[in-house]
Amino acid sequence: MSVQEWSADAATEIVRAHSGVRGALLPVLHALQERFGHLGPEATRLVAKELNLSRADVHGVVTFYSDFRTAPPGRTVIAVCRGEACQSCGSRELERHAQHSLGIGFGETTADGSVTLDQVFCLGNCALSPAVQIDGRLVGRVDADLFDRLVSDAAAR
Amino acid sequence: MSTTVYIPCDSAARSVGADEVALALLAEAELRGLDISMVRNGSRGMLWLEPLVEVDTVRGRIAYGPVSADDVAALLDGGMLDGAAHPRCHGVTDELPWLARQQRVTFSRVGVIDPLSPADYAAHGGLAGLRAALGMRPTQVVDAVTESGLRGRGGAGFPTGIKWKTVAEASDPTKFLCCNADEGDSGTFADRMLLEGDPFTLIEGMVIAAYAVGAVEGYVYVRSEYPDAIATLRRAVEIAYEEAWLGADVLGRGFPFDLEVRVGAGAYICGEETAMLDSLEGKRGMVRAKPPIPALQGLFGRPTVVNNVLSLATVPAVLAGGAEAYRELGVGRSRGTQVFQLAGNVAQGGIVESAFGLSLRDLVEGFGGGTATGRPVRAVQVGGPLGAYLPADRLDLHLDYEELAADGAMLGHGGVVVFDDTVDMGQQARFAMEFCAEESCGKCTPCRVGAVRGVEVIDAILHGSPDERGANVEILEDLCELMTDGSLCAMGGLTPNPVRSVLRHFGEDLGLTPVSAGAPS
Repeated sequence: MSVQEWSADAATEIVRAHSGVRGALLPVLHALQERFGHLGPEATRLVAKELNLSRADVHGVVTFYSDFRTAPPGRTVIAVCRGEACQSCGSRELERHAQHSLGIGFGETTADGSVTLDQVFCLGNCALSPAVQIDGRLVGRVDADLFDRLVSDAAAR
Repeated sequence: MSTTVYIPCDSAARSVGADEVALALLAEAELRGLDISMVRNGSRGMLWLEPLVEVDTVRGRIAYGPVSADDVAALLDGGMLDGAAHPRCHGVTDELPWLARQQRVTFSRVGVIDPLSPADYAAHGGLAGLRAALGMRPTQVVDAVTESGLRGRGGAGFPTGIKWKTVAEASDPTKFLCCNADEGDSGTFADRMLLEGDPFTLIEGMVIAAYAVGAVEGYVYVRSEYPDAIATLRRAVEIAYEEAWLGADVLGRGFPFDLEVRVGAGAYICGEETAMLDSLEGKRGMVRAKPPIPALQGLFGRPTVVNNVLSLATVPAVLAGGAEAYRELGVGRSRGTQVFQLAGNVAQGGIVESAFGLSLRDLVEGFGGGTATGRPVRAVQVGGPLGAYLPADRLDLHLDYEELAADGAMLGHGGVVVFDDTVDMGQQARFAMEFCAEESCGKCTPCRVGAVRGVEVIDAILHGSPDERGANVEILEDLCELMTDGSLCAMGGLTPNPVRSVLRHFGEDLGLTPVSAGAPS
């Protein structure tokens, strides 16, 4: 399902669908982010009320985990692996190239909203390093050329 | 007659084009009117050969790799479906020395079967362990696991049977079983490959564990960085319910066990068992003080077994083959097999499962064939980002829990990352602190603040005045000691491992002469 505009009714339905789940907060936040793309203040408020938690508790969880976004990401999200196995195969150069070519740092989105660049510590592809993940798809043996191709292919989609 | 062709659906294989190869082969087969049936198996673990295509022939499965989509037409022209010779053909897969020299127990079915076929699973020995366990009393199952010598494969190496016994004997009627699939250590990917290549083995192991300790509810906590593994495992759980391997009446034997897949959210610390429990409870993944141990007060305060994927996935083999057979493998107090993950700058990386006793050299030079770049090996990091960097002259160390510990190193989750001589070890030491600063849960000050200070001090050593270098090294050593002694968990406690190993073995990269390094030993 593609990302949708915030809807309190739809969000409430998602939260209530987790009513029988023990320790439901993470599954709820994942489900809301999948539907709405990010978790804004309205999401925090609604989840706190529905799960009978304080807003501080929910905010604390949202900001603890790097997966949860409080602002909408770019249309394409690329995560570059910074783990040691990737470093041994040139990921430090790839990190520099990614930031330089996109003109943004890790955790940032290009001004036109096309690409968000994230860092990640290990994608589990350590024998085919360096690795990146682009919109959830794992790619191995990535050099600067392949990185550029992945970005332009994503823009063309 | 239809020819069976295997092309992995493992995400590492897909990361270098396995899907494109599969599509090309299907299209080409249709064009030529060839009758093939394609199985998307797990990976055999020879990752430098991915995408690895296997063709079932009268001689056995014949391996071709690495195959790209562009190679498919030419391979078919050359008679690949009959197992014909080709520069990319390696012969019978099972006879490849790289595989034949291994002893695959935990990984015996990975890459061999269709991961989501219950029939394939049963035909390759699946459920034999569970059936054996259900023929025993729960306490006998616990005893068998204890006798097998199986130790936790997550890194700490705690005897699995002892942990189970503690939970089994706890009086609380509600007990939980949690599988830690938050495989965050860089250089490790065995959990992922097992989840994608043979998820039923993990489910079977968890059912056995649940029966042994009396748990009726289980969770698998998988990191979100593994979307393919999550999808495969979720589907496997659904199938297991359909097959009555899970549910209200497991195998018609009158005991219930429910299993749920939970997804992490990008926090390395949640691989620490108590942080994982907090995360499962819907909280920030903060480390808990022990005691109380999770076996007595774990998830939601109840007695909880927390085991790694590989520990639980080994249990079916232990029960099926008997504790004695498993125990006979290995050396000293490291019994059975270890699943090594050979990674980084290595010519032939992948999964090496072997009885304990291999040396680092067997692994890096024997299996790995040296570096991918062809340059000399300078450093090997064993056991993930909290493991020590060992120099090339330590390659004769044997990879078992005790021998590594005696040398200030650790086995961890079995990850081995190879670096060639272009590596800047000063930067590797700095990265260890940077990683800790990024991923610390923040509970313990020595870890939360110490890691930030660690980066600053290493920067001062690398870029500051040479006159102050000695004083800064002293500060760094003091900081390492404080983090080791003053942190609750392995994150803060072991981050000094890689840093100290750089001081000890690679001081020149920190601008220290070997004599003035004053490295701790």
